Amino acid sequence: MNTIKTEYLEERFNELLSAQPESKLKSWQKEGFQTFTKVGLPTLKNEEWKYTGISRLFTRDFSIPSKGTESISREIVEKAAMPGASAMNHLVFLNGKLNLELSAFKKSDDFEICTLEEAYNGKYRDDVEAYFNKSSLVTKDGIHALNTSFMNDSVFIKVNKGHEVSMPVYFNHIFDATHNHLLASPRSLVIVEEAAKVEIIESYYTHGSMDSFSNEVVEIIAKENCQIEAYKIQNDTPNGNHVGTTHIRQIGKCLVNTVTISLNGGMIRNNTDIIMEKDANEAHMYGLYFLKGHTHVDNHTLVDNTKPLCFSNELYKGIIDDYATGVFSGKIIVRPDAQKINAYQSNKNILLSPTGTINTKPQLEIYADDVKCSHGCTVGRLDEEALYYLRARGINKDLAKSMLLKAFADDIVMHIKIEAVKEYVESLIAERLQLHD
Amino acid sequence: MLSIKNIHASIEGKEILKGLSLDVKAGEVHAIMGPNGSGKSTLASVLAGREEYEVTEGTIDFGGKELLELSPEERAKEGLFLAFQYPVEIPGVSTTNFIKAALNEKRKYQGLEPLDAASFLKLLKDKAALLELDKSLLSRSLNEGFSGGEKKRNEIFQMAVLDPKLTILDETDSGLDIDALRIVAKGVNTLRNESHAIIVITHYQRLLNYLQPDFVHVLMNGRIVKSGGKELALELEEKGYDFIKEEMQESLTA
Repeated sequence: MNTIKTEYLEERFNELLSAQPESKLKSWQKEGFQTFTKVGLPTLKNEEWKYTGISRLFTRDFSIPSKGTESISREIVEKAAMPGASAMNHLVFLNGKLNLELSAFKKSDDFEICTLEEAYNGKYRDDVEAYFNKSSLVTKDGIHALNTSFMNDSVFIKVNKGHEVSMPVYFNHIFDATHNHLLASPRSLVIVEEAAKVEIIESYYTHGSMDSFSNEVVEIIAKENCQIEAYKIQNDTPNGNHVGTTHIRQIGKCLVNTVTISLNGGMIRNNTDIIMEKDANEAHMYGLYFLKGHTHVDNHTLVDNTKPLCFSNELYKGIIDDYATGVFSGKIIVRPDAQKINAYQSNKNILLSPTGTINTKPQLEIYADDVKCSHGCTVGRLDEEALYYLRARGINKDLAKSMLLKAFADDIVMHIKIEAVKEYVESLIAERLQLHD
Repeated sequence: MLSIKNIHASIEGKEILKGLSLDVKAGEVHAIMGPNGSGKSTLASVLAGREEYEVTEGTIDFGGKELLELSPEERAKEGLFLAFQYPVEIPGVSTTNFIKAALNEKRKYQGLEPLDAASFLKLLKDKAALLELDKSLLSRSLNEGFSGGEKKRNEIFQMAVLDPKLTILDETDSGLDIDALRIVAKGVNTLRNESHAIIVITHYQRLLNYLQPDFVHVLMNGRIVKSGGKELALELEEKGYDFIKEEMQESLTA
């Protein structure tokens, strides 16, 4: 039997830190490792990790990227990049670290891009002090603590007040697992100032046949009147594993939309947290997991209403084939002061194979008395009546199934506001369904 | 064109059709009437290939092929069309895309190239006009939020586009007001021709007033118990089904 090994991590951690001069980042990393040592990896006994046995990834020794720069060919970058990347602010992260040489973005006064270290040592110390690593959600959980311990100083982005970033900001994550199993820990902070607007897209690509595990945390600070689109498109290979937390704090009244599309990969856990810290905040969260093979995707969402009059709408849909597993856990918290909020949540699943698994768990914690909350989840097969109707018109069973599944998925895909990204996702789904126009 | 011989069919172990036979030739219009539960819709479902129904005995020849050996989609491509009593709403699939897929599947089966975009759109436009179907319905999700009348007109519209050899209208008149009924009947009559046979399943005489069937059959207890010309429908309308039951009693006691 394979046993879970974490002892070697301490050795790696000490090696990594001894090579670094003292810095603020280093002190955060030390704190992170202390927490990790204390709480350890989450197991299935942990309610939040009940359906996702992340610790079993640690039956292998991971290599951990050092501080230095690594490189990869442009050809691989091209392969990893989604179509349309040339019309985006294309940031290439290799094993979690921003590679400026391979990246292509337009410098402008709309936004700043640098490393966290640079931000802290330069003119953004106050921002980093104020917003980095503040949430208990991010600091208390073992897997997050592990991210903090080994964090790759991925990127600090600040979208300037009143500015609209005209081209989407694209995080092209590439993991090089050619020679060793890889543990990468991308860590970023994005601050969107008052009345600013930005679209962020992330994608993940594992190169090589060893296992990669990207354990990512992105903290996003959303200020008054800003507008944010945050997308994750996951179409990695089965050896690409991922835990990603997108932790969004709406500290001013603003609008946030998230879309998470998961089509391929190994074991994937997406935590999407929206913390509504100002009155009348608004957020829309959409997710599609369309899985085959042995892919495991766990979407954990949180909408924490701390103030009155907030609105959130959440729709996640899953299609599960083969031996795949889909998990949805959606938590809505309404704090005592958060009166007159509206929070809607829905999770719909289609199970295509008897060997697939779906676990769905809505959780409502309501401490205010004047609120409107609803949640619902369904797990079913394809609508037999609809299938029969299409077949009775001469449409072959396979095509009829594909048409119905595409319609089911379109419900989510239509919320992608960037045309190139939407077309890309549509093409991946059409390919999966063998639909040709 | 269609020859049904001694069909027995059951659902969930319950026998509904108990030895039904019927011959339909190209160009003919047959009406099938009968009280509730007599097996009318079962007949439609068996012909279209609904898998829940099990045919335990009998054969159905459709244009030289054994219909019961074909899948629902093969039957449709061979030229069978069922206008549903309750058309299904399919969110996310537009009426246009649906008909395009259906038409191209049929053409592929016939060894034809897919219709080019311009010809397809013209065909849709012409047939929509025939059924007085609002063109905005074509870009909407199939049947979603359509009124009862719109759904039924959409069925006949699909029939018009797909140009079948045999159409089965399963209580197409139910839930239609007089105007919608007239439009539907007009649509069907326009598509009546020597190579197109139609089976009209109905409770009422009113659709038959417009369609003028060549034959009227009475279905009772899973069998055709009486056949006649269109005047039989009028007689049924006037006297109800009881007189047939009485006739059957008499023939049994005689």
